Formats: sequence, C-alpha cells, structure tokens
Amino acid sequence: MDLALWIEFIIKGFILIFAVLTGFAYLTLYERRALARIQTRIGPNRAGPQGFFQPVADAVKLIFKEELTPAKADKVLFVLAPIMTVVPAMILAAVIPLGTQFTLPFLNRPVTLYVSDINVGVLYLTAIASIAVYGIVLAGWSSNNKYAMLGGLRSSAQMISYELSLGLCFVIAILLGNSMSLLDIVEAQKSVWFVVIQPVGALIFMVTTLAEVNRAPFDMPEAEQELAAGYHSEYSGMKFALFFMAEYEKMIVISMIAATLFFGGFREFWFLQGTVFSVDHFWWLGPIYLLLKVVVLLFLMIWVRATWPRIRYDRLMAFGWKVLLPLSLALVFITALGILLANQFGAIYIWTIPVLSILAGLIAVLLVNMSLRRKVAHA
Amino acid sequence: MTPDLIAFFVLALIAIAAALGMLLGRNVVYSALFLVLNFGTVAVFYILLDAPFIALTQVSVYAGAIMVLFLFVIMLLGTETLPVSKALPWQRPLAFVLALILAGEAGYLLFFRKVTSGTIPQPVQTFGSPQAVGQALFNQYLLPFEVTSVLLLIAMVGAIVLTIKEKGGQGK
Amino acid sequence: MIPINYYIALSAILFTIGALGVLVRRNPLIIFMSIELMLNAANLAIVAFTRVYQILEGQIFVFFVMTVAAAEVAVGLALIVAIFRTKHSINIDEMNNLKG
Repeated sequence: MDLALWIEFIIKGFILIFAVLTGFAYLTLYERRALARIQTRIGPNRAGPQGFFQPVADAVKLIFKEELTPAKADKVLFVLAPIMTVVPAMILAAVIPLGTQFTLPFLNRPVTLYVSDINVGVLYLTAIASIAVYGIVLAGWSSNNKYAMLGGLRSSAQMISYELSLGLCFVIAILLGNSMSLLDIVEAQKSVWFVVIQPVGALIFMVTTLAEVNRAPFDMPEAEQELAAGYHSEYSGMKFALFFMAEYEKMIVISMIAATLFFGGFREFWFLQGTVFSVDHFWWLGPIYLLLKVVVLLFLMIWVRATWPRIRYDRLMAFGWKVLLPLSLALVFITALGILLANQFGAIYIWTIPVLSILAGLIAVLLVNMSLRRKVAHA
Repeated sequence: MTPDLIAFFVLALIAIAAALGMLLGRNVVYSALFLVLNFGTVAVFYILLDAPFIALTQVSVYAGAIMVLFLFVIMLLGTETLPVSKALPWQRPLAFVLALILAGEAGYLLFFRKVTSGTIPQPVQTFGSPQAVGQALFNQYLLPFEVTSVLLLIAMVGAIVLTIKEKGGQGK
Repeated sequence: MIPINYYIALSAILFTIGALGVLVRRNPLIIFMSIELMLNAANLAIVAFTRVYQILEGQIFVFFVMTVAAAEVAVGLALIVAIFRTKHSINIDEMNNLKG
C-alpha cells in the first residue's frame, strides 16, 4: 500500500463526499421546484437566479437556529443518532462505479472512477442498509418522548421489513450480472439493460427503496402531519438538518444504485455502442450519463411523492410482507429459471424472464385486488 | 512497524476497548452499542484475513440484525428503572480469578507452544470470494444449508409462539 | 502479513472478556450479549486458521455459526420477553423456578 494509493483514496473520498453533499443541496431545490410545478405554483425563485442560492439560504437558517435538547434526553445518544443516520447514507456511494478509468496526463497513472470495487459490492450495499436502521432507533429512543420512540420503532420496523425484498431484488441483479461486483454488473449490461430483461424486478426495486428511505408514499412514520413528525420531532437546528440530509442523500445514492443495477450504470444506450457517444471513446461521458439517469430517477421519486397519498402503517407492513416478499421470491425463481434455460438451450430463452415476470406481477395484482374486494364485501 | 501492523494494533485496541465498554457499561443501551462497534471491528479483521464475504455477512447479520433485535427488546422492556439486586460477595473476585486462569492458559498455549511455524502462504485471488463460498455451500454442504434454513424457521415459529398473546388473556 | 498468533491472542482476550461478562453481570440481556461476544471470538479464531491452512470449509463453518447464533438470539430474546411479562423482573437471581 504505497503512499500514492493512500492519497488517491483520500482525494476520491473527499470528492465523493463533496459531490453527494452538493447533490443533496440542489436536490432540495429540485424537489421544491418540481413539487411546485406539479401543484401549479412556482416554488422558490427569490434567493438568486431561479432560486439557485436557496439551499445556501436554508443552510444558513438551520445553522443559526437554536438547538434545544430535551431535559431528560440521553445527551450522548441524542447527538450520536443524527451522525449514525448520515454516515451510512454517504458511504453507500463508495462502491458505485462512476465510469471506467482514465490516465492522469502528467503522472501517467491510471485512475479508476470509483472509490473501490470490491468483489462483494452488492453485499456491501445490503450491509450498510442494515446499519442505517440504528440512527433512527436511537433517535427515537434518546428523545425521551413517547411519540418519538413510537415513530422511531415504526420507522425502523418498516425499514427492516422492506430490506428483505430489497435483498431479493439485489439477488436478481446479481443473477443477471453473474457477479456481486458492481463494475461487472455494469459491464454485463453492455448489450441490453437489465430493466428490459426484468422490468418487474426493477419496479419492485424502486418501490422497495422508496420504503427503505421512508419516502412518500411510505413516509407515515415521519411525515410532519403524522405522530408529530415521528422520530425527529425533538430535533432542531443542525441536527435536524443532518436527518434531512440523510434522507435526501439516501435518495440520491439509491437512484445511483438503481441506475447501476438495472439501467446500465455509466454506460450509454446499447445501440450507441461503438459510436462517438460511447463511454469507451470519451471517459468523461460516464459520469454524465450516470448523472442524467439519476436526475430522471429522482424526478420519478418526486413525482410519486406529489401524486399519491400515504399508505397507512399497517397496510404498509402488510404490503411489504404479504405482497412484495412473495413476489420478489417468485421473481428470483423466474430469473434463475430463465438463466438456466438460456444456458442449456440457447440465448433466446432469456426472454422468458420478462414474459413470466410480467405474468407473475399480473397474478399478484389480481390476488391483491381479490383480497381487497373480499375485505370490502365483509365490512 | 509496517502500516499493516499499526492498523492491526489500532483496530485490536478498539475491539478490546469496545468489549470492555460492553462489560462495564452501566446503561444497557451503551453496552449494546459498544458491542456493535466490536462486531464492526471484527468485520474489518475478517477483511484483513481474506474473508470478504464473511466480513459483510457479519455486518449484515450480527451488527445489522441481531443487535437491532437486542436494541428493540431493551427499549421495549424498559428495564433500566428496575432496582439492581445484591450480588453474592464472593462471586466477583472468584470470577476475576477464573478469568485470569483462562487468560493464563491461553497465553501459555500461545507463547510456549508453536501455533504455526513458517511463513503463511498467499492464497489465490478468489479464496474468500462469494463464488468460492457459494460453490462449497451448494455442492458439498447442501444438507447443512437446508438444515440451517429449517432451523431458522423453527426459531421464528418458536419466537412467535413464546410471545403471542391470546385474545383477552395472558401469554400462552 | 500479520503473524497469526496476534489474531489468536486477540480472540482469546475477547473470549475471556465475554466469559467474565457472563459470570459477573446480573442483567440477562448483558449476559446474552457476552455469549454473542464469545461466539464472535471463536469465529475470529476459525477465520484466522482458515487463512493459514487455506481450507475454505472454515469460512463455511463460520457462516453456519452466524446463522445458528441468529436463531439462538431470536429464541432467547423471546424467552426473556416472556419471562418479563409474567414475573415483571429480569433479575437473573430470581429465575430459579426449576430449582429443587
């Protein structure tokens, strides 16, 4: 481990953290403008040209806000909880490849556009998603407030329940990409994106990650109008800003992961391969493509928030356990079956996967419909 | 004093300090959090020992699921306000003596008998990788794998049966 | 490469701390956590030896130990919750109904 490698890691880490923080700041602006346009109003446009300095204004306001600590709250855990929520959100981005490599012109040294590409990259994502539960549980508990604790427990129970379906969606991507390393998964999508082969899997992934970040329509435990804002009701000032930051950063990182696992990552559309728009031609197109995909996925998340009402908590848990978990198990089975058939009989059989999975999705929707009708008939 | 050795000593110090913090913590939640830190440090040791799959499984299962379960039970039971009872007076010194004997035995085995000799060979690149572990798990060790899944099912059913409340009555 | 003795020494120290925790503390939750620490120390020793002798079965064994530990924690915590509901105390000295 020579010194140059250490310096490379440190610089890459700083650049990544800086990028994620800037992304968070401008995501707040993007979300407020997008929500506003969907609701036929304009959104913040005063603090600079088109509201460009609005995040700066928000940050200044939150820094100068008075920070209250509840009287009997556990001081150490009260301060530790926001930190334990933010740090996993940031370090999730460490294994996501932003591009292929390029050579530094002066030092003649190849630099890879990711912090590290471990051969268990997807398992790392699962592990950090499991760690992210701690901050919320501790925030709820250390506030010494019954409602905050209830909100914290509900929120963490929701996250743990949806982690199962999330893990199974990761398994789908691993099966299709034949490796746990994210760079290999992106390279395996050179010819066709995985969203085309397994559309229902990508859809379930997006839904599950929305539930993981406690984001609408799954944000019952933490919305401002419910349970007095849930686990972060006692937080103010910079600590609240850290919770806010954690949620938005998780949104960004999850969009990056979804883009990498299902939408081809930093690679271009497969029909542009070999042309001048390809990443193999200009290495700096890689991060740009990833940024475009992330912006589109974030718009989808914001659109969902603006459009759909919240799901009630018990329905949310029933949805996660009774609908998404069996469906993602069925999808894993279908994907494995399709890959086996393709290996044995020829590559055309890989297209049984989208056919069968859309069938499975329709059966799931039908069954949910039937059970809801039975409930209405009884009640 | 290579950087590897320095890193090892720093991490070992953190692991032992976290274990002692768990042992001596007055507050049960602090003990649980110190144990989480210990599990994280041991996961880093697994990575140093060429076992990346086991390391991340440790973080997912131990630090990410088992300790969350502990924290839930600690928080929901609310037992910090219960009074602590008196211990037997000879118990603590006897425990320390026995622990010292155990540590002494381990030290004797380590320093006066050779654990390993010679250099440690460098393993192949795919030694602890998921491919290698997966191949072994699903080819030679399929039966223990399936038995473990049945065991987990039994544990889930058992946990539910132990804590279920009958309608309008105490637990079964 | 770090000599494997150091890893074994660390595993022994962690195991001793865990054993001390089981003997000294009175809260069953902390006793349970000390048992998990002991299991973890044993896992560390197994993985260290796996690295030396290049046998992959060691890591498979560690995988199974982790799974069984998870199952044990689930049932054990359910037991503690059930006992707490009936006795309203989790003092380890009072859990002696099967004595005599």
